[in-house]
Amino acid sequence: MLRHLVKEKKESNPRTPEDMSVKKALWQDVLARFLKNKSGIVGFSIVVIMILLIIFAPVITRFDYDAQSFPDRLLYPSALHPFGTDNFGRDLFTRMLYGGRISFMIAFIATLISAAIGTVFGSVAGYFGGVIDMIISRFLDILMAIPSLLLAIAISAALGSGPINTALALSIGGIAISARIIRATVMAIKTNEYIEAAKATGSRNLRIIRKHILPNTFAPLLVNATMSIGGSIMGIAGLSFIGLGVKPPTPEWGSILNVGREFIRDFWPMTVFPALFIMLTIFGFNLFGDALRDALDPRLKD
Amino acid sequence: MLYIIKRLIMVIPIMIGVVIIVFTLTYFAPGDPVSVALGEGYTQEEYDAQAEFMGLDKTYIEQLASYLVHLITKLDLGKSYFSNIPIESELMSRFPVSAMLGLFGIVLTVLIGIPLGIFSAIKQYTVLDYGLTALALVMAAIPGFVLAILCIVLFGVRLRWLPIMGLETPRHWILPIATSAFPGIAAMMRMTRTTMLEVIRQDYITTARSKGLKENAIIVKHALKNCLIPLVTIIGGSMAMVLAGSIISENIFSIRGIGTYMYGGISSRDYPVVMAGVLVMAFVVCVVNLLVDILYAFVDPRIKTIYGIRKNKRKKPAVMPGAESEVV
Repeated sequence: MLRHLVKEKKESNPRTPEDMSVKKALWQDVLARFLKNKSGIVGFSIVVIMILLIIFAPVITRFDYDAQSFPDRLLYPSALHPFGTDNFGRDLFTRMLYGGRISFMIAFIATLISAAIGTVFGSVAGYFGGVIDMIISRFLDILMAIPSLLLAIAISAALGSGPINTALALSIGGIAISARIIRATVMAIKTNEYIEAAKATGSRNLRIIRKHILPNTFAPLLVNATMSIGGSIMGIAGLSFIGLGVKPPTPEWGSILNVGREFIRDFWPMTVFPALFIMLTIFGFNLFGDALRDALDPRLKD
Repeated sequence: MLYIIKRLIMVIPIMIGVVIIVFTLTYFAPGDPVSVALGEGYTQEEYDAQAEFMGLDKTYIEQLASYLVHLITKLDLGKSYFSNIPIESELMSRFPVSAMLGLFGIVLTVLIGIPLGIFSAIKQYTVLDYGLTALALVMAAIPGFVLAILCIVLFGVRLRWLPIMGLETPRHWILPIATSAFPGIAAMMRMTRTTMLEVIRQDYITTARSKGLKENAIIVKHALKNCLIPLVTIIGGSMAMVLAGSIISENIFSIRGIGTYMYGGISSRDYPVVMAGVLVMAFVVCVVNLLVDILYAFVDPRIKTIYGIRKNKRKKPAVMPGAESEVV
């Protein structure tokens, strides 16, 4: 019987066609569930439209985001300038599109960094427990003790402004959050019988983490990442709003909003449009993240 | 009790860690504080004297050590580059206002967020649920500072219902508290709904139903208790959010709190002020997290037990990979 078990284990190591089809069916299920979710599709569409807008910005608008024109300053929306112009006579619509490029890029990079580092820390801490967990958890506690936006502000203030520094500043605050999510999920999964079964059949720790635990943390991680892109965009806007992050003349939604504050009583486009873009983008990512979670966790959808 | 003491002792290394991180950040920050303090036109002797006076001629380790020693023994947070008022007295005078704002913000977040989230979850797939979920989604997508500015325009400038600067009367507090609580409420609602939905699908809820308990009793006695743990975490997180947001929102509403002080420090590159502000806020978050963890233990006895039996666990003989084969 034992020999049989061992043999079976060896055979299941390379992926059999059966294995793959199960996986494929799983993702088809997820996709089918996602497509049924109307708000998820709305969120996904918002995100995709935003991304298309910022990628094809040079095709969509014929203005230069940096071209100043003093006679045209603070114009209200018109056919020529759909969002009006700013205090230097630059086309606001163009600046919104190019500003989105910066925001999205920084947000994606920051989320990727924090998710990757967070997964490593979180799964190791959650799986092994004991001293390793204590060391990592204390380190995370230190990071968590500083509110992420505050940490981002402190790092940004120290490193100076600029896209890369901003991405770094935002990602470090996110590490602790993703690591904690992974750690909690791993700790919950660890107690399941199938982990015990895997241990009983002699699987190595790394294999158990990789094959049995991490796939189950993928859902919360993906949902967290989707949300965290929205959060990062909010963070970038906040940093730029207080003069860190991305500085003018580089277009960025938060910094346009900050400049617009000076004209808030008489000229609304410079505050309302950046505010709308920030809100719409975060809204889109949140809807998308929610739908993803529902699609990935069928228990909630029964 | 042992758990509480253990947890209390943990705060010390955390705070020292925070001090080291923040100090290191500001130490390597660009810009030369000595020339900033001297202004323009100084000789090399004056420069050296000023550097010595500010303690900046020493090495990184010496500076860090003296900062830590001053902080622990005298609660001395150093000197601002531009003002002669000690940072700690400036912070102390501003602390009450910021703390009150934060506290009210959290209370509002909890009182509105949790009940709405529960309603949303137990009425899943009804109009109420869709409405509340949509509301939470919209709320979550509005950053506090964006909301603050829009509120100032609407309620302050256009409608003239509410004052927008300072904190003289209770009416002055409405906008700052509401706008700082707003994003937290959305997060609290979403989190409550999600956890509640997860909890009410657990087997023990089915068991409670099958033994004939009333729905209300199930929600209050079985479901709510189990979904409190993640919610308690959110309270700590909301506190952190409100604090960090205060740097922006206090500035928008011209409130003389810690946030405005830090904002000034950031824009004038007055690193000791920024550092002190970060430390104080981190300390507050630390204390809140401590309370949260103690709450944890009360809400979930399992957590207390984990801490209790951790020692015994290690004594348990490790299961060897080959050991089971004999059993099989």
